[in-house]
Amino acid sequence: MNASAARFRHRANSAPVYLDYQATTPVDRRVLGEMLPWFTEKFGNPGSVTHAYGREAEAAVEQARAEVAALIGAEAREIVFTSGATESNNLAIKGAAHFHRAFDKDRVVTVATEHKCVLESALALEREGFRLTVLPVDAQGLVDLDALGAAIDERTAIVSVMAANNEIGVLQPIAEIGALCRARGVLFHSDAAQAVGKVPVDVDAMNIDLLSISGHKVYGPKGIGVLYVRRRPRARLAPLFDGGGQERGVRSGTLPTPLCVGLGAAARIAGAEMAAEAERLLGLRRRFLAAIQARLPEVRLNGDPERRLPGNLNLSFPGAPALALMQACPGLALSTGSACTAAEVEPSYVLRALGVPEALAAASLRLGLGRYTTDSEVDFAVDALAAAAQLVAARERVTAAEARPT
Amino acid sequence: MPPRTAYLDWNATAPLRPEAAAATAEALGHCGNPSSVHRFGRDARRALEAARAQVAALVGAAPAEVVLTSGGTEANQLALRGLPGRRVMVSAIEHDSVRQAVPDAAVVPVAPRGIVDLHALDRMLAAEPRPALVSLMLANNETGIIQPVAEAAQIAHARGALLHCDAVQGAGKLPLDRARLGADLMTLSAHKLGGPPGVGALVVAGDLPLMPLHNGGGQERGRRAGTENLPGIAGFGAACASAADGLGDYGAIAALRDAAERRLGAIAPDAVVYGGDVARLPNTLCIAMPGVAAATQVMALDLAGVMVSAGAACSSGKVRRSHVLDAMGVPAAEAECAIRISLGWSTAAADIDHLVEAWGALYARTRASAA
Repeated sequence: MNASAARFRHRANSAPVYLDYQATTPVDRRVLGEMLPWFTEKFGNPGSVTHAYGREAEAAVEQARAEVAALIGAEAREIVFTSGATESNNLAIKGAAHFHRAFDKDRVVTVATEHKCVLESALALEREGFRLTVLPVDAQGLVDLDALGAAIDERTAIVSVMAANNEIGVLQPIAEIGALCRARGVLFHSDAAQAVGKVPVDVDAMNIDLLSISGHKVYGPKGIGVLYVRRRPRARLAPLFDGGGQERGVRSGTLPTPLCVGLGAAARIAGAEMAAEAERLLGLRRRFLAAIQARLPEVRLNGDPERRLPGNLNLSFPGAPALALMQACPGLALSTGSACTAAEVEPSYVLRALGVPEALAAASLRLGLGRYTTDSEVDFAVDALAAAAQLVAARERVTAAEARPT
Repeated sequence: MPPRTAYLDWNATAPLRPEAAAATAEALGHCGNPSSVHRFGRDARRALEAARAQVAALVGAAPAEVVLTSGGTEANQLALRGLPGRRVMVSAIEHDSVRQAVPDAAVVPVAPRGIVDLHALDRMLAAEPRPALVSLMLANNETGIIQPVAEAAQIAHARGALLHCDAVQGAGKLPLDRARLGADLMTLSAHKLGGPPGVGALVVAGDLPLMPLHNGGGQERGRRAGTENLPGIAGFGAACASAADGLGDYGAIAALRDAAERRLGAIAPDAVVYGGDVARLPNTLCIAMPGVAAATQVMALDLAGVMVSAGAACSSGKVRRSHVLDAMGVPAAEAECAIRISLGWSTAAADIDHLVEAWGALYARTRASAA
């Protein structure tokens, strides 16, 4: 019995190896520990500042706000808590567009590989009469700065470009885009749900006006996110919805103290550990890629090989349809792309935007490595995937041969 | 020994029920996006749908009718903004998240006793050429006064209008049947009934074509995009189940509330209780100590370890005059002296003693200095 078979046997009855860190991350135990008291004994409403329980909750929320701000080089008062990155993206894009429509700005610029909630928000604006420009990307997944510059004019209300792609991990040139937008006097929003806590993000150095953060992508809880809203020069927004006037009127609703505390703790931990963790993940990613390509030389990496999240691989397995591949790897928790659209069988629009042919796009998997991924999990995953890909591709060839008219 | 405290601000937020705490903590220990197709995702999806069924059961709805949101505020906005083209009519005593949902909403007046004026509603609907959407809360958050939602729904339906009910304060305190109320849309909030903060629901009857506030992934059947807050939702489901089981506790809670009302009234013959003579939530007491500003009362009670509020817990921390009491025709000078005392399942007789003692001491001080 060889080593990989032993590993396989060892794994047979345990939970699958989690390789979907771009879909969601587990809550870090340290984060959980900080959150739990705020669910139970310290349950005050942070809006109830006229009594002790409320003030205690308010102080915790404000500390969390400062912790998130510190991670991105912002001020605490520039941090608006939301229910998650989807809401942050909706608030940033629709809120900025709606506010600036009164100033004859009716154009929105974004990129073809953005998260679905960015594209859908932009499309919702288009249905309202805004003019939408969706920029293409090159074969590596990068947006062209000249094309972006050409798409901006005096009527542009907002430019939205993600920091790191959720499927291919590609890092857009955010600092350059920020400088360009600042020079042209256009608001710049970046969906940084996948980037924050994984790679350095500094809203001042990168000239970012609006930035979206997700709790559950950084080992914090689900149900919480942040929109960073620059104060100088001020990024003005119309709220998505109104009510009690919390978050300076930008986002009403009772603040969920435990979730805010969890995101604050997650941000603090990410800030302290990011450099070392990025190095470690980069090592795992290289190990993964080298090993799988040694076994299957035809495997192709989608997206820029270097300018990408340290923990992301997106691989095409020629001849092995992704769904069949996933079924053949019950020991691995994988995805074909964005979880939001995972149930759809059509190939990823992100890969299509890179020009990946449809058959190859349909044979692609996203591999997300993260804080709890180990060397041995990588080795196990490579073995399992390589074996499965060979099996599936062989089966596909037989099926194709049988289907061929004789 | 830590200072003695009495938490009597349950309408602002309730402590997590033990069942909800357990469900939330359990879900926080699992990793999985309910939209993912692998085992972690499928487990998450199962937990999500089980919790959705518990929420639905609390109000007698089908699970598919429950749209999970980030809370009551979002659910109210989704209801009122999600059906564009309809004339929105809201009662004068609604929560801010309803009153401010659409800028041009018509306001249905309430009678001096705090109950919506159904004749006025009918007249307004009769005069409105467009299809309407009426929003009426189940029970008011400040006074606890219960509204005639079923009657309002009949009137609305007879005029071709839809009815939305903000049931945030009533749910878990009163038996609740969505169909019997006739509510086409109903808002729930987890943290008001012993679930975690950051989650709520809009219950949507049948297939009303709701326009989402949040565009994105196709979660919640396209009506609310965003990765589901599974731990929060699991806690919400458990809280709903526990709240339904605990409805019987409200007899004892009402007895404590009535005792508080009686004892405060005995101390201060000039105190005014709002809603004392109409159907009211069993846990809520809205009472004015004439001549003493609500802010002063709340501060003095806080110093004594008694936590109450001067109305809705909103953002500013400023104590504003209540729009609810205004709408009831309470004179401004009197309304400014009203506080809200709200109880829950863990409120003990000692908490009421503590309140009476602190409130009584303040009353004696102010009356002595006035004399």
